[in-house]
Amino acid sequence: MRDFEYTAPTTLREAVKLLSEKGDSARVLAGGTDLIVQMRARRFQPERVVDIKNVPEANELSLSPRKGLRIGAAVPCQRIYNDEGVKEHFAGLTDASMIIGGIQIQGRATLGGNLCNASPSADSIPALIAYGAEAEIIGPNGKRKLPVEDFCTAPGANALQPGEMLVAIRMSMPKPNSGAHYLRFIPRNEMDIAVVGAGAFVELGGRSKSRVFKTVRVALAAVAPTPLPVPEAAAALEGQPVNDETIAAAAAAAQQVAKPISDMRGPAEYRRHLVGVLTKRALIGAVNRANGEFVPNAVQSSGHAVYQLS
Amino acid sequence: MSKIHVQCTINGEPTEFLCEARQSLLEVLREELGFTGTKEGCNDGNCGACSVTLDGVLVDSCLVLAAEVEGKTVGTVEGLASAEGLHPLQQKFLEHASLQCGICTPGFLVASKALLDENPNPSEHEVRHWLAGNLCRCTGYDKIVRAVLDASGTAE
Repeated sequence: MRDFEYTAPTTLREAVKLLSEKGDSARVLAGGTDLIVQMRARRFQPERVVDIKNVPEANELSLSPRKGLRIGAAVPCQRIYNDEGVKEHFAGLTDASMIIGGIQIQGRATLGGNLCNASPSADSIPALIAYGAEAEIIGPNGKRKLPVEDFCTAPGANALQPGEMLVAIRMSMPKPNSGAHYLRFIPRNEMDIAVVGAGAFVELGGRSKSRVFKTVRVALAAVAPTPLPVPEAAAALEGQPVNDETIAAAAAAAQQVAKPISDMRGPAEYRRHLVGVLTKRALIGAVNRANGEFVPNAVQSSGHAVYQLS
Repeated sequence: MSKIHVQCTINGEPTEFLCEARQSLLEVLREELGFTGTKEGCNDGNCGACSVTLDGVLVDSCLVLAAEVEGKTVGTVEGLASAEGLHPLQQKFLEHASLQCGICTPGFLVASKALLDENPNPSEHEVRHWLAGNLCRCTGYDKIVRAVLDASGTAE
């Protein structure tokens, strides 16, 4: 690894100044689980690394009924999935943050870093899109907000301008009768990268015996150059009754818009098949959670969960 | 560039060192401070051989910059045994013959201790899940899992 200047600012203002001075030759360090690997492989050779873990705004994890959930860009996965409020209200995020790497990685890796790294297969991004999350960005020209679904621009590229940094990810409190689920397919139980991933959020209306889909958001991992929101699946469901047929139609819509490639993790046709299976399961899991049922995540079920509408 | 002065605590002992920004915690532990119990395997966060705790959290020391540990507490495998003898996990690893070449062993011990500190009575599934970030190419894992299960409850 080339040597560089290590800085550890304690305020946002100082962090932005350190980043702005160097433009493209500065990099933000949070958990380091992507950045340090990339620097060692000489994919990035920054002159300055700005460690944001001492910046209070980047380290905050807060949840309130009015303001919703705010996850600072430097908060590691372990702190997120061990948080009682996140477990209770954002189970779809718990699903995703528990399966990124192993325990050692989860102690360091952040959802902010997962987002900024902008991998098409990032597990947390479809879950964040499903929750309608927003990225809070600061730069030399002040603050701005960007929907997470617009944050990734190409594999490994994001919408941050030189001198800007991600401060936090925000999402509002899910409404009553809503639920979310994220799952992925990998050929082993842990420590792998998604062949395909699917996240879904649903808010249900109607009476308990005749539920209808009120609001739906679906997003996919590893089937397009960037994490893929699937409004077509949402459109197929909103206003429709909750049943196996409507869910199958949404899964078919997702298969239509997915643009998978063939690579070492699987051929495109296999991935397209998985999109159908996983979209269906993500929706069933989200519906069951919206109905107050327990739906195990990949760790709790060791990958053998049964997906049926309850 | 000038060296960075870092003060931290390693296995309970206040420690200070000078490092370059590009040096990992793993490199400094092994090459500057003599804590050679922590092993280098893949050096990219896949194998867990370099596992240490950082303020009690299990991490891969190859993916931590040495400069980041300023003011923090580091725990390595050298901190497991006490003057009275081996840590119960180390004893059980011996009894169950949970190692062959031994390169992965310090990482497994540190990771297993972190598990038992958080969850003193894990199920087999929980042990296997927790240790998924540690690779062993000799034992096939069964003996390691049995040693951790045997040590659970008896470990402090």
